[in-house]
Amino acid sequence: MSQLPALIRVFAYLSLLTVGGGMAAFPEMEYLSVTVHQWLTKEQLIHLYSIGQMSPGPNMMMIVAVGDWAGGVVGALAVLVAFFLPTALLAYGAGRGWKRLEAWPWRDSIQRGLAPVSIGLLLAGCYTIAKGAIFGTETAAIAAAVLLILLHYKINPALLVAASAVVGFISFR
Amino acid sequence: MSETIEQATATAARRDVSVARIFREFLIIGAISFGGAVPYLRGRLVEAEGWIDDKEFVEMLSISQSLPGLNATNLAVLVGQKLRGAPGAAAAILGMCLPGAVIMYIAGILYWEHGDRAASSAVLKGVAAAAVGLVLYTAIQLGRRSLDTRVDLIFMALTVVGVDYYHVSVLWVLLGVGLISILWHHPRRLRKAKRA
Repeated sequence: MSQLPALIRVFAYLSLLTVGGGMAAFPEMEYLSVTVHQWLTKEQLIHLYSIGQMSPGPNMMMIVAVGDWAGGVVGALAVLVAFFLPTALLAYGAGRGWKRLEAWPWRDSIQRGLAPVSIGLLLAGCYTIAKGAIFGTETAAIAAAVLLILLHYKINPALLVAASAVVGFISFR
Repeated sequence: MSETIEQATATAARRDVSVARIFREFLIIGAISFGGAVPYLRGRLVEAEGWIDDKEFVEMLSISQSLPGLNATNLAVLVGQKLRGAPGAAAAILGMCLPGAVIMYIAGILYWEHGDRAASSAVLKGVAAAAVGLVLYTAIQLGRRSLDTRVDLIFMALTVVGVDYYHVSVLWVLLGVGLISILWHHPRRLRKAKRA
């Protein structure tokens, strides 16, 4: 049976949740693609997201791989359009209207009000990933090391992810 | 006076930008922006090309953050639109997404075929743990920049608890906590805070 309609529905819905960043939609993506539609396992989803951190461009491109597994090339393309078109149209509309709203006092309220919620969503997504990715001292140490290095040194995060791949290769084999 | 001259040059520079040029520029950014697109976007669009100035960039970034959608693609749409309207916006987002999409398509196939091998699963354990550290870092960075009252911390905590502990759908948390938080930061309170 074709997964196409489900793929489009799920990823169009997820795209509207990505306030403040793609991570905001992660808990819901896990629920819909793993539990509801069983396109892949929780572990695979976390792995794909993590691999995506080493790839250039928007950081949720791993959705292409999910679409490909569930529906082939067509599935991959459908997921891309479903995930990026709705928010692109919204941004286009906002780009035209935002300037005109400069005098509207609630504009600042919306910006200020959404900030803590979007950071909360980021943390919630982080927790969802951590539940599958942190098990035991070594993985906790890798996560802590990445966090501390980023807080103290100006270094490209993709390099740290690649370095952690090497650490993983050495310590978990 | 100098400002008007700057503005005039900026507008003149903008008029020259073709849709193909926009596509090429964003294709480059999409291909080189390892580890987060925003710094690369600023470097290329503001510093290298001078298509927009820093103030515009910051404003577009704040619009991008308040809207659903990834910062990288929202920014691409806003900049493309500014330069060349709808065709510009389409060229920008396509260029931005194309390299990463191709790379992740191939990576997905490789992972599907070789992901269960002992060596790959060892590598992936390291990579996934690093991703947790990276997301935490992003949250701390954003928090430092945009959370300045204790109430903000409460809204943030409510969001986390709602999603992860009570498993409320992200949509309802967004509508519920988001609305309360926006109402809390209502214009009169913001004005008062500014004066104090």
